[in-house]
Amino acid sequence: MRTSHRVMAAAFLATAMVASASACGRGFNDTPEQQSGPAELEVLIGSSGQAETDAVQQAAAAWAEATGNKATVVPAQDLAQQLGQAFAGSNPPDVFYVDAGRFADYASAGALLPYGDEIEDADDFYASLREAFTWDGQLYCIPKDFSTIAMQINTDLWAQAGLTEDDVPTTWEELRSVAERLKAANITPIVIGDTRDRIGAFMVQAGGWIVNEDGTEATGDSPENLQALEYFKGLITDGLAVYPRDIDTGWGGEAFGKQLAAITFEGNWIKGALQNDFPDVKYTVHEMPAGPKGKGTLSFTVCWGISAKTQYREQAIDFVRHMVSAEQQIKFTEAFGVMPSRSSLRDEYLAQFPDDEAFIAGAAYAQGPVKAPKMDSVLSDFDSGLQQIATTDPKALLESLHDNTEAALAG
Amino acid sequence: MVLTPEAPPQRAPVPTPTRRRRRRSGLLRPERTAGWLFVAPVIVLLTVFLLVPILMALWVSFTSWNGQGSPFRADVPVTGIKNYSRLFLEDGLTRQDFMTSIRNNLYYVLAVVPLQTALALALALAVNQRLLKAKSFFRTAFYFPSITSSVAISVVFLFLFANSGAVNGVLAWFGIDGPNWFSDPRGVLHIILNAVGLVDINNPPAVLADNELFGLSWWQWLSGPSVALCSIICLVVWTTSGTFMLMFLAALQNIPVQLEEASLIDGATRWQYLRKVVLPMLKPTLFLVITLGLIGTWQVFDQVYVMSKGNPAKTTLTPAYLSFRTAFLDLEFGIGAAIAFILFAIIIVMTLFQRWVMRDRDVPRSRWFRRARSV
Repeated sequence: MRTSHRVMAAAFLATAMVASASACGRGFNDTPEQQSGPAELEVLIGSSGQAETDAVQQAAAAWAEATGNKATVVPAQDLAQQLGQAFAGSNPPDVFYVDAGRFADYASAGALLPYGDEIEDADDFYASLREAFTWDGQLYCIPKDFSTIAMQINTDLWAQAGLTEDDVPTTWEELRSVAERLKAANITPIVIGDTRDRIGAFMVQAGGWIVNEDGTEATGDSPENLQALEYFKGLITDGLAVYPRDIDTGWGGEAFGKQLAAITFEGNWIKGALQNDFPDVKYTVHEMPAGPKGKGTLSFTVCWGISAKTQYREQAIDFVRHMVSAEQQIKFTEAFGVMPSRSSLRDEYLAQFPDDEAFIAGAAYAQGPVKAPKMDSVLSDFDSGLQQIATTDPKALLESLHDNTEAALAG
Repeated sequence: MVLTPEAPPQRAPVPTPTRRRRRRSGLLRPERTAGWLFVAPVIVLLTVFLLVPILMALWVSFTSWNGQGSPFRADVPVTGIKNYSRLFLEDGLTRQDFMTSIRNNLYYVLAVVPLQTALALALALAVNQRLLKAKSFFRTAFYFPSITSSVAISVVFLFLFANSGAVNGVLAWFGIDGPNWFSDPRGVLHIILNAVGLVDINNPPAVLADNELFGLSWWQWLSGPSVALCSIICLVVWTTSGTFMLMFLAALQNIPVQLEEASLIDGATRWQYLRKVVLPMLKPTLFLVITLGLIGTWQVFDQVYVMSKGNPAKTTLTPAYLSFRTAFLDLEFGIGAAIAFILFAIIIVMTLFQRWVMRDRDVPRSRWFRRARSV
């Protein structure tokens, strides 16, 4: 009798397993069948806010109406996580935002359709942005816009410390000396985000970076990087720079908006944030101070990725063509204040937003995010070191960054 | 040869329990089939949604699947135990992150489980007082945190523990300058050792700093929970103690009044009654609460995801969050799955260990209590 129980249980188990395995098999299809005619595109975006969501939804609706397709735009709560989950479930959206920092992960895993060749005027996009989305010599996707880090100065606090327009720092030495003067006037001089996405700018200004140009070699443990981190550590330990958390804020823009510090280094998204939350703050925007190897800043960009698994390749490419057209980019610029990724729109943009000259100027010498797969944990480890830089030896920090990068690039 | 004669007498009693069991269950063959049919839906559901996914994940933990397409294709590289060995044996960031998360969670469990059990018991004893007025108000109030969304509570705690928040405000009344809770990666043990002058926090003794175990130095292992982790510990103790209070309360109300009267007549003080009568009778509940506590604390995820994402300086990284991050953000599903299975093993081992610690050692007394309970 007992054996018959076992047999029955085993039979149940086997049937269920076969059933579920075959159910799974259907979903995991490797060569997507292409469908012509009206498409139903799913578009997942990592929106910066309601303004961007609305603008993208309007643009998608206009495209859908003109072409007879359908496009559903969904703003993601957590884009990287939702995409990771969608890829693993073999059911990714057709079109989605791809952050330059994550591009290498997706491209190396084969999740993206390399469609750059099919965009006729791809040369119009800034070379540095195209470079950020090139993998194995192929342009995978088209950048939708970009931003760079620049220096914001609170003019009221500046005047309080007796500083004038002529005192705007253009070098490391000047930055340090104005910071000392601000501190003497009892004003917190600098607030800066505690990650490589801000502090990394100093490394670029010193002529260093985390990896070499094509992302194949670790260059973290270099004298240039050491010089940058030692300079930066000096600012922190002398109380000339603080992290946003130290003054109870979430990011540099919030601290700057609350007038808790006179200088911050943020991207052009700070404009919208200040306008919405702290409309009374008076400030000016300047290029980042130059380091020993000249000017340097960081750029961030996002592209329109198309899934390698989409059933609507042609329609998706047409959708992207519409979204990155000069006309549409100008609309996006007006709606949520991003910088257009087409170099031909540069003058038009500057005529409209003359205050953004410092941000646009950064495009010429900006360093993009690290472009290598599996670097996320390495970089967050580096970030956690930067958070404790006051008590950390910069040399040891760079050495561990270097070793970890090498390990990640090797495997 | 020597053993053979001895074997039959040992085997002889075996048929008896079988016969007894069959007689007790008393099921005929058609009834048994019907029974299987009735439980079949549940078995199928559990198999499809629980057992099979677990086995699939186990398979993934032996591959280096990158999350594209099916993990069961022929071209998915099978790496054997490589993922596990990277977590334990190979020097590198993967092992360092994993061990850091284990360290954090170990301190977290050591702090949360005793605190929440003690607090839950205290609350249950308090609201079980017959003399207490507004009993149902207190019961609701204490239980309330448990039924509120953990995400909402986490956000509230972010405000409470902000630099200028309520907690630091209260500390300021006592002249204490509160820390920057969520940006302070210093370990509490380090701070204490530093304060009593045993070590210098910025210049740890070479014996501890230079010798390492699984990629972390002894100094790092001995950090204790970080200040940031302490705020999460407070939150979790506060939220979960309500649930466990309810379990203790149910058990307390099962204790017959006669026992209390009898012990009072025998001249027991309140403390003796609590210590010698109530606590032993709560032992099964205590086992339940500690087991659930151990399982829950090793799986902590929501609070970390909402409040800190492992920051500052990885001191709130836990294996559950690391597994999620490794799989879905780094697209290293194999390692993510391996971490999940190690976590599973840890929970099983911890529960078995705790079961062993709390086993009935004093057989006659426990039998007396079993009889007492059935009165």
